[in-house]
Amino acid sequence: MIIAKPKPIEEIIETTKEFKKILVAGCDGCVTVCEAGGMKEAQIVGSALRIYFKQQGMDVKVDEISLTRQCDRPYVAQLEEKLKDYDAVVSMACGAGVQFLAEAFKDKPILPGVNTCFIGVTEAKGEWTERCQACGECILATTGGICPIARCSKRMSNGPCGGSANGKCEVNKEIACGWHLIYERLKELGQLDRFERPTSPKNWNTSRDGGPRKVVKEVSQL
Amino acid sequence: MTTTTPSKLERILAAGHFAVTSECGPPRSADPEVVAHKAQMLADFVDAINVTDNQTAVVRQCSLASCIRIKQLGLEPVLQMVTRDRNRIALQSDLLGAASFGIHNVLCLTGDHQSFGDHPNAANVFDLDSTQLIQTVKMMRDECKLLSGFEMKDCPKMFIGAAENPFADPFEIRVSRLAKKVAAGAQFIQTQCIYNMEKFKKWMQGVVDRGLDGKVAVLAGLTPMKSVGMAKYMKSRVPGMDVPDDIIKRLAGVPKDKVAEEGIKICVEQIQELKEVKGVRGFHIMAIEWEEKVPEIVKAAGLYPRPQV
Amino acid sequence: MNYPTNVKIVKLPCSGRVDVIHLMKAIEEGADGVFVAGCLEGDCHYQVGNLRAKKRVAYVRGLLEKIGIGGERVAMYNLSAGQGPRFAEIAREMTEKIRKLGPSPLRGAGNQPSPGPKTEVAA
Repeated sequence: MIIAKPKPIEEIIETTKEFKKILVAGCDGCVTVCEAGGMKEAQIVGSALRIYFKQQGMDVKVDEISLTRQCDRPYVAQLEEKLKDYDAVVSMACGAGVQFLAEAFKDKPILPGVNTCFIGVTEAKGEWTERCQACGECILATTGGICPIARCSKRMSNGPCGGSANGKCEVNKEIACGWHLIYERLKELGQLDRFERPTSPKNWNTSRDGGPRKVVKEVSQL
Repeated sequence: MTTTTPSKLERILAAGHFAVTSECGPPRSADPEVVAHKAQMLADFVDAINVTDNQTAVVRQCSLASCIRIKQLGLEPVLQMVTRDRNRIALQSDLLGAASFGIHNVLCLTGDHQSFGDHPNAANVFDLDSTQLIQTVKMMRDECKLLSGFEMKDCPKMFIGAAENPFADPFEIRVSRLAKKVAAGAQFIQTQCIYNMEKFKKWMQGVVDRGLDGKVAVLAGLTPMKSVGMAKYMKSRVPGMDVPDDIIKRLAGVPKDKVAEEGIKICVEQIQELKEVKGVRGFHIMAIEWEEKVPEIVKAAGLYPRPQV
Repeated sequence: MNYPTNVKIVKLPCSGRVDVIHLMKAIEEGADGVFVAGCLEGDCHYQVGNLRAKKRVAYVRGLLEKIGIGGERVAMYNLSAGQGPRFAEIAREMTEKIRKLGPSPLRGAGNQPSPGPKTEVAA
C-alpha cells in the first residue's frame, strides 16, 4: 500500500491559519492502515488545530470527516454539498487523493496533511518499509521475489556493490543490502545461475523517468 | 596476447610485464596546476594514472578534464567513471569526448552513494550500474554502436577496467561478481586496497580456479598507511575495508616519527609477496594525498624503471 | 482518602484504553490539566497497557509543545490499585503544578468553558 507519514503539526498550522472554516478529510484507504491519515489521525489534527486557534483567540471552525477513498470520483463527489460550509480542506490522503480533491473542488484550497513516502508493507506494528518503486516493468521473477530497484540504494541490476558489509547497505547499517538478500534467496531457490548473468541496461521509460503515466484497461472502459 | 586498443596499459600487460598504476585526486577548485603537478610527480614511476570521479560523492574537478590534462602532458590517463551522477546519454557522450582526446583506459564504477559526500540532498542517477557501463563501453568499441543502436563512424577504443572488492560481503560471491564483469567485457581489474593478505590470496585462488586469470588482468590495490590513526579509521569507518589487527599492532610498535616509514615498508613487502601470487598482473598504488611517496615505493619494490612498450 | 475536589476521575479498565484523542479532547474542552494514572510498570494486568499509555502521553505532550500551548498540563503517573494515599498525593502534586501554570489558556482566551465536568482522566 501507499505509506505516508503525518505532517508536522506546525506545518499544517502554517498553511491553514489564514482560513476560518476548515475541514480535515481523512481517508479510509492506505493512510488508515499506516496510521497516518485515517479518521483517528484526522480527529487528532482537528483537535490540534482547534486547540491552536482557541489559544490564539481566533474563532475558527474545524471539523473532521473521513472518506472511503479520495482517489475515486464517486467518493470525492460525496464532499460536494458539505464543502459549501468550508473555505479550506486539509486532506490526510496520499498525494493522489489531495490532488483529486483539488481537481474536483477548484475554488477550495486543498492542503496536504501527510507526507506521502513510498509503496510498502507493514514490517511490524508501527513500522512500515519500502518494497516497490513502481518502475512499470516488474522483474521479481528473476530476483527471487526481492526488488533491486526498491531495496538497493543504487538500484543496481547487477549488484551488490563493494560497500555491502555484513548484509547491510553502506548508506545506513539499518538498511539491509538488497542484493545480499537476493543472493541468499536465489541460493535457497537453487537459482544462482541467474546471479551470474549480466543484465542489460533497464528501460526506465515505464517509470517516472518516462513522464506522468497512464494505465488503460480497454475492456473496462465505457 | 594481442591488444584491442591503443592503450599503453594494455600493451604493458600484453607484453607480460607487471603493470603499475596510481591515482590522482583532482582539487576541489578550478586550479589547473594541481593535477599537472601530481601527474608529473608520478610520471616515470607508473604506466598509467587514474583520475577519480567525484570520489565519495565529493565534488571535485571532473575526471575527464583532468584526464585530458594528463594526456596533454604526454602521460597515460585512466578515466574513472561512476554511474551515480550521469545517465547513459552523458556517459556515452563523455566516452566519445575522452576518446577524441586519445584517452584509451576507462574504469567502470557504480560509485559511492551521495550520502557520503558534501551534497547528500542531491538526486542520484544510477541509470546504469558498473556492469552495464562495461557492456556499454564494449559495445561502443567492438560494434561501433551506441546503446540505441546508432552506428558511429569513429569508435572509441577503450581498454575496459572495473573494480572489485575481495573484502566486501558476501565473500562467497566476490569471485562470481568478477566473473560477471568479465563476461560483460572487463579486461583489467583494480582491487580495493589490500591489508588482509590471506583473504586476498583466497580470493585470487577462487579467481584462478574459475580460469578468470587468463581473461582479466588483476592489479592489486595498495595504500600505504601514514599513521596509526589512519589505520584505525580505515578499519572502523570505511565500508568494505579489511584491516587486520596485526597491521595496527605493527604500526603502533614503532616510534611515532617512524610510523610513516613503517607504513611504506609494509606496502613494499606486500608488493613483493603479491608478485608471487598467481593471477596478480600488477599493482594499483593509491597513496591518497601522499602521491610523493609513490616513486619511493615503486623503486623499493623493484618495479623501476618502467618498461617501454 | 482525601483528594482535591477539582480532580474529576474517569474510570477505565486499563490505562492502555486511553488514546491520544481523549487527552487532546480534554485539553480542547478546557481542562486545566490531565493525568493518566496507570499501574506500576511490569504490573499491568493486560501486559503492556500502561506502556502504551506512557507513549501516548509523551506523544500528546510533544504535540501540545509544537502547537504552542505547552505539554506540562498532561502527565502520566504509575501506582498500584492498593495505593490510595499515593493517589491522593499524586492528585495534590498535579493540582499544585497546574495551579502554578494557571488556568488553561483555552479558557482565558475569551472562550466559554464547555459544559460538563473539567475531567481529568485516570485509570
